Amino acid sequence: MTQPRAAPPALDARRIVKRFGSITALDGVDLTVRAGSVHALLGENGAGKTTLMRAAYGLLPIDAGAFVLSGHEMRHHTVRDAMHAGVGMVHQHLSLVPALSAAENLVLGRAGLYRPTAARARVARLAEASGLHVAPDALVRDLSIVERQRLEILKALARDARLLILDEPTAVLAPTEIDDLLQWIRRFVAVGGSVVLVTHKLREALAVADDVTILRRGRVVYAGVARQSSETDLARAMFGDDVARAAAAPRATPGDVSVRARGVSVRDAAGVVRVREASFDMRGGEIIGVAAVEGSGHRNLLRALAGIERVAGGSLTLPPRIAHIPADRLAEAIIADLSLVENVALHGLDSRRGLMRWHDVEGHTVSLMQRFGISAAGPGARARTLSGGNQQRLVIARELDRDVDLLVADNPTRGLDLSATAFVHEQLRAAAARGAAVVVHSSDVDEVLSLATRVLVVFHGEVREVGMAREEVGRAMLGAA
Amino acid sequence: MIVAAAASLAAIDVGQAFDAFWRGSFGTASAFFSGTLVRAIPLTIIGTGIAVAFRAGALNIGAEGQLLAGAVAATVVGLHAPGNAAVTVILALAAAAIAGGAWAGVAAMLRARFGVLEVISTIMLNFVAANLVSYLVRGPLQEPTRIYPQTEAVAIGARLPRLSMETRLHAGVFIAIAAAVAAWWVLTRTAAGFRLRAVGASATAARVAGRVDTERVVATALIASGALAGLAGGVEISGVTYALFENLSPGYGFSAIAVAVLARLHPLAVPIAAVLFGGLETGALGMQRDAGIPSVIASVFEAVVILLVIAGGGGALRRLARTPRRAAAVADAAA
Amino acid sequence: MSEIAPFLEASVRTATPLLIAAVGENISERGGVINIGLEGCIIAGAYAAFATGSASAGAGYSAAVLAGVAVGILLVIFVVLLGRDQIIVGTALTMLALGVTGTLFRARGETLAVVPTLAAAPITVVAVALVPLSWWWLTRTHAGLALRAIGDAPSAARAAGIRVRLVQSCAVIFGAALGGLAGGSLVLAQAGSFAEGMSAGRGFIAIAIVALGRWRPWGVAAASLVFGAAMALQFVVQALGWRVRYELVLMIPYLLTLIALGAFGRGSAPAMLGRPLPDD
Repeated sequence: MTQPRAAPPALDARRIVKRFGSITALDGVDLTVRAGSVHALLGENGAGKTTLMRAAYGLLPIDAGAFVLSGHEMRHHTVRDAMHAGVGMVHQHLSLVPALSAAENLVLGRAGLYRPTAARARVARLAEASGLHVAPDALVRDLSIVERQRLEILKALARDARLLILDEPTAVLAPTEIDDLLQWIRRFVAVGGSVVLVTHKLREALAVADDVTILRRGRVVYAGVARQSSETDLARAMFGDDVARAAAAPRATPGDVSVRARGVSVRDAAGVVRVREASFDMRGGEIIGVAAVEGSGHRNLLRALAGIERVAGGSLTLPPRIAHIPADRLAEAIIADLSLVENVALHGLDSRRGLMRWHDVEGHTVSLMQRFGISAAGPGARARTLSGGNQQRLVIARELDRDVDLLVADNPTRGLDLSATAFVHEQLRAAAARGAAVVVHSSDVDEVLSLATRVLVVFHGEVREVGMAREEVGRAMLGAA
Repeated sequence: MIVAAAASLAAIDVGQAFDAFWRGSFGTASAFFSGTLVRAIPLTIIGTGIAVAFRAGALNIGAEGQLLAGAVAATVVGLHAPGNAAVTVILALAAAAIAGGAWAGVAAMLRARFGVLEVISTIMLNFVAANLVSYLVRGPLQEPTRIYPQTEAVAIGARLPRLSMETRLHAGVFIAIAAAVAAWWVLTRTAAGFRLRAVGASATAARVAGRVDTERVVATALIASGALAGLAGGVEISGVTYALFENLSPGYGFSAIAVAVLARLHPLAVPIAAVLFGGLETGALGMQRDAGIPSVIASVFEAVVILLVIAGGGGALRRLARTPRRAAAVADAAA
Repeated sequence: MSEIAPFLEASVRTATPLLIAAVGENISERGGVINIGLEGCIIAGAYAAFATGSASAGAGYSAAVLAGVAVGILLVIFVVLLGRDQIIVGTALTMLALGVTGTLFRARGETLAVVPTLAAAPITVVAVALVPLSWWWLTRTHAGLALRAIGDAPSAARAAGIRVRLVQSCAVIFGAALGGLAGGSLVLAQAGSFAEGMSAGRGFIAIAIVALGRWRPWGVAAASLVFGAAMALQFVVQALGWRVRYELVLMIPYLLTLIALGAFGRGSAPAMLGRPLPDD
């Protein structure tokens, strides 16, 4: 199975504390990765898994605690130190250069002359030793996601990594590819390597791991041996108690069909299919909660519903009046250098004609500021000067101030405090009560459940409706049955 | 200070130079009204157009060529359209604006359909326009005696009246002020102007939150800016030179960039900056005449102004690099 | 038939400064920086060569390179270090160089005649040699690899330990130096004297050549030859007895640039071209 107890742990994290401003991302976390084992690090988005591993790899400084990498204690170490200690990390967002070939990417960062034949031979040797094959002369932009991932692993192995940290490696893989990777992980461990598998997917974790640690809100809530843990135990640990919160939303009688989707597929800008053949109806008066983890394709679905992204296949019928609260506030929803009044005027800008009635817009803005509690120096203040919370209030105020047929909200309460969040929820419900179909996604499952009258779960591009029970939703988000 | 440094290189008496500069630009009434202000007219019109384009994120470096296109159109109308005064000059100026807009339109089309950087295409069009003018004034449009590379003088009806007998200042000054005010008004009071500002400030937000067709807005801004440059060319023909010849523009298209940048792209500040630079260039001519310092030193100063203002950064000059749609889409995918 | 040989010779001679400038610009652009100030580098190099070239060709060319480097350093300061807009800064630098060279030239007064044909052959050899050299450097050294990585994905380059700003600065200065050298060759191997604005848009044509050559050294070489031929037409038109107006022939290189850019567009430009580096 694994190495004899006498061998020191491949990675030991002791009472790690990490803060970002006022947010404590890691609150005294302990983690021990036994030598020669696979350790699954589980948790929801934002639980702190990636932060912990980036800190272990030397990418982030920590505020307290220490790491012990292959017997060496490190607190303020760099990536180079981690690499020398035999640690390699394969990142969630790959760090490869698309325009260069696989071999060139492998040796990037060295000095002197570059000899293609030697590089190719290197790739071949590593491929042979590890069982991961990549065409050395292929350009990275022509490689599939699986191949790119293999190359990233080869890069780590090229620097003699004994401990591999894989950050959400299966997020974008197909089922058979996932199986291949998991098998490879077990083979790697069998010849003496160690692996930390950072993932939110319960099934995979249990299929391949020796040990399991679960993080929730920066704390360890579960640490145990994999074969002694059941899926139910782990799901409960990840999501808290299994009492489904009663939906506080009054169930309004659903109105006419507002959105009709039949076999809708959506591709992202790179051409990868992100939503596969989704079919559903949405009616006025409903609040459809979308539950999904990062990378599932839900973002592309929401953008298609908002009318921002084109549909690659199938048919999607949208109503005329759509309000959209985008996820990326600063890039897509407001223009930081313009005033509040001007930002309010952005709505429907493409169809405005003639003169701008700034006086009216200003009056409207002042009224919005009052009703939505936007705190700013005045309507003429630049949006840049508002706090994140107030900026979001501005966006919501602008979008929700009129009657709409469809409201698409992507993480609308991100960065808002409790009272603002409650206000947003109130607005969403009011919009539904006025007859709009409301689609809302939040990375907080509880929030989705508290708002929704129906729940759609997106996993790996597949969209399906599930019952409103917390555990059922959670399991569907992770791909469990 | 730069001027002094350069002057000391050429071993010139600095005091004498500045004296000549001042007398040539602002120091005497004739210099001011007949020199500085007259130069400020095309600088204002073109500068306004460049400010408008830059505000939308379109980098129009081709004002020089657009000016020439407008000048050609105005000359053709002025030579061939008899009729009473007001109509002819209006026709000439309208033709000039249309020609300038069309000249910029080529660059706009190349950008929209093929993603060609408007910086390069507008500069290429500058050279094409200059050579076109050379061809015309030595060929089809040359004056009847076929001695000089220039056209005949345009009809009286096609000329802008002077404000008084003692000065070279002409009615174009009203056009210049009207252009700046109109641009300011459009930018701040109309939906189209707001669209333009929004696209220049954040094309992504304009597209997502405002559903604006950003490429169409940029193309329109380019064409409008070209029309203004063309109009300036027409004004020069109708108000100053009355005929077309080579080297009609002493680099107005580039000086206007400095004017627009110094005005921080605000149309109402453009006339002020234009007067400053008009004075600079006229004064430099005075320096050359009386103190022997080459007048082209003015463009050194203008370039330094651009760099200093740009180094300061911020405001409307923030994030002016606009990559055409295709390249931007690829970048978005990678983000 | 006898017109072909002089035409080819003229084409090669006119292509030389274009090729030199374009090879340098290619290096700069592979690193993500477009140098609109290249025209300024050329005119600065031309003037420097003119001012010192009477001593020796070597002195002239060295001065030309240094002049180009000076412009390049300014570009590095404003664009790589301060992160300002590449295109506006480049335009200002071109205006600056044109103004400074014009001022200095007029202040001097005299003209200097340098015999062109003697110095022509070596610089053309240098120009041609630059093509395989730049290809080798870009594809067979780690430094070249690093530059290509920066122009495509600077975050990945940084993750690999590459000093992004340093490499980018060196590439920009090298490109500017070659621009200066191209200007020097204009004076020392072609015109034999200086005239204001004699660069005549070659810097911008060189930028177009880089795009047409698909940012590859051999493509750049081929495109340079085509444009050299287009520019050389003006010299042979009268000799060929064509009934085309001289001024219209002068237009050809610029129209050709527009058409070529339209037909071949931006194709496979380095992804980061024109964009500032992401914050660390």
